[in-house]
Amino acid sequence: MSCEGHLAERSIVEAINDCLHVELERDSSVMVLGEDVGRSGGVFRATAGLRDRFGPDRCFDTPLAEAGILGTAVGLCMAGWRPVCEMQYDAFSYPCLDQLITHVGRYRWRTGGKMEFPIVVRMPYGGGVRAPELHDDSPETYYVHTPGVKVAIPSTPADAKGILAAAIRDPDPVVVLEPKLHYRTSKGDVPDGEHVVPLGKARLAREGEDLTLVAYGSMVAVCEAAADALDDVSVDVLDIRSLKPLDEEALLVSAAKTGRVVIVQEAPRTCGFAAELAAILAEKAILDLRGPVLRVTGYDVPYPYWQIEDAYMPSAKRVIAAARRLLDF
Amino acid sequence: MAQVLPAERDLRRVIGDADGAGDRQVEGLGEQELLELYRSMVQLRTYDERSVVYHSQGRIGTYAIFWNHEAMQAGAFHALEDEDWIFPSYRESAIGLLRGMPPATVLSWWRGHPAGWWNPDDYRVASICVPIATHVPHAAGLAWGKKLKGERAAAIVFFGDGATSEGAFHEGANFAGVTGAPLILFCNNNGWAISTPVEAQTRAQTLADKAAGYGMPGVRVDGTDVLACFEATHEAVRRARNGEGPTLIEAVSYRVAPHATADDPSAYVDVERVEEARKHECVGRFEGYLRRAGILHDDLATSIRAEAAEAMREAIKTAEAEPPADVELLFANAYVDPPASFGSDLDELRGTLG
Repeated sequence: MSCEGHLAERSIVEAINDCLHVELERDSSVMVLGEDVGRSGGVFRATAGLRDRFGPDRCFDTPLAEAGILGTAVGLCMAGWRPVCEMQYDAFSYPCLDQLITHVGRYRWRTGGKMEFPIVVRMPYGGGVRAPELHDDSPETYYVHTPGVKVAIPSTPADAKGILAAAIRDPDPVVVLEPKLHYRTSKGDVPDGEHVVPLGKARLAREGEDLTLVAYGSMVAVCEAAADALDDVSVDVLDIRSLKPLDEEALLVSAAKTGRVVIVQEAPRTCGFAAELAAILAEKAILDLRGPVLRVTGYDVPYPYWQIEDAYMPSAKRVIAAARRLLDF
Repeated sequence: MAQVLPAERDLRRVIGDADGAGDRQVEGLGEQELLELYRSMVQLRTYDERSVVYHSQGRIGTYAIFWNHEAMQAGAFHALEDEDWIFPSYRESAIGLLRGMPPATVLSWWRGHPAGWWNPDDYRVASICVPIATHVPHAAGLAWGKKLKGERAAAIVFFGDGATSEGAFHEGANFAGVTGAPLILFCNNNGWAISTPVEAQTRAQTLADKAAGYGMPGVRVDGTDVLACFEATHEAVRRARNGEGPTLIEAVSYRVAPHATADDPSAYVDVERVEEARKHECVGRFEGYLRRAGILHDDLATSIRAEAAEAMREAIKTAEAEPPADVELLFANAYVDPPASFGSDLDELRGTLG
């Protein structure tokens, strides 16, 4: 559902900013709140210009209190607003897990489905940016594991705009994690005006026959680099982009075609989202598989100091090694 | 910006039985209003006493008793208007009754039956908050959101003394202060958070003192004096509507009942003080006030009590007559637009139920 016509080359952060302008213009009940979102336009400038255009009430600089931001958003919904909350960084969102788990994901259920909580929580996530501790986490599993909440992670500028628009228009709470590593480096054509990418649909970033690489967010680029290097192998790269609801069909179709699946995630391994995808393949695709489902993930350690972060981050080389192992199985 | 005054330390009282000061009259409360207030207290008292009985009979689950908190709940409630929102903790589980919510709904909530779900919009009463203090930011958000929309409504949030130790209380109060939200933060300080006395909760001399940290007035009232609770809330609502922002009210009492039906307080409370406090329980105190004023007499009191008791007899019948909840409700309300897996999960579940 995008306007025909104009495409403009934008970075991911520019696409997000464009989306927020379009959505606040379209619906006067949408408001943005978070730390430093107004006067400074956000530490990554994702909300730049909103305060000037829509006023300080609709792009509100909150006190420094992540649980307060999300808790207040619950009440704002009850008053008829559609709050878009910015968490400044992935790991700074942990205080808001209290509200997310105890209220945001449960409140509609608690009202017997009578009240809606169209809250968006968006945040930059992931490592590789040479930042101090706790600016680098991949917390998607905490969110995906919370009932009542949807989770999406775009990897391209067009999807960053379209998925955020879908999240803002969605009647349920949606957490959107944005790959900060590629905020400015990933550029691509983004439709002008209204542009919505429905939640629950994966994107086949590259089509092949022999092997499926599955990822989301910043790991999609790693998979594409690995696919480039595997020049003798024909590779499907499946960008999951909506973790919940999940496009199971796209995963199963690709697995049935190639019979070989490697799942890549930046987050620590144990109980990560890759484990969920592997379990789905084990339950529903076992006879299609020609080898074990392999995971390439971060390690079960605190995200490291940046001088050694490259060793933590799943690399194209690790993905290639897993792919070769599977192809030789 | 207005100067922030130190919180009032002395407990405000209207009913004159405790210190021999004599009864005062409260502006805006005529005979009819006073009797309505009494009806509300009796309604709540009856709900509470019957619930403890129903629990002992196995007809409702674990229940948070609010005996002797009726003055705070009814007093504050009557200072509100119909459009104002109420955010209850589990201690105020039945406050919706005062807005016309059927008692069967609240009984169903305590019976763990989905018939206990209600639409907050229907009563301007939010869902019961079970975790401590996490609804304070909700109330701040609602009050702020109404103000942003140019609406007149205010909000009140009830919480206990223990809740003031939670981060969510701080964040919610601070948001309310910063946004100038039309919010009344009503702290039911009954001296105990289960077994932890308020002295172990904070070194602040009063909980009302905390108001200064948020740039709002703090008021202390006698929590068993329904008219003092009314008066303080009424003033706070007026401030809120005048755009003067939030107020913190600390209503002080001594908890005379267990925390909940699952609790045995004999291990930790001051039994003599409980006995003393029970003698001055809030419904009796207000009855005394009304009788001294010549507003209430035996026949009227008896008929008000009988009416409340009859409503509860009907309510428990209604709650117990609810058919068992269909398992479909496991999946029905978590999302407007549920994940596809819910359909197959439900089919599989139904298959195993036969």
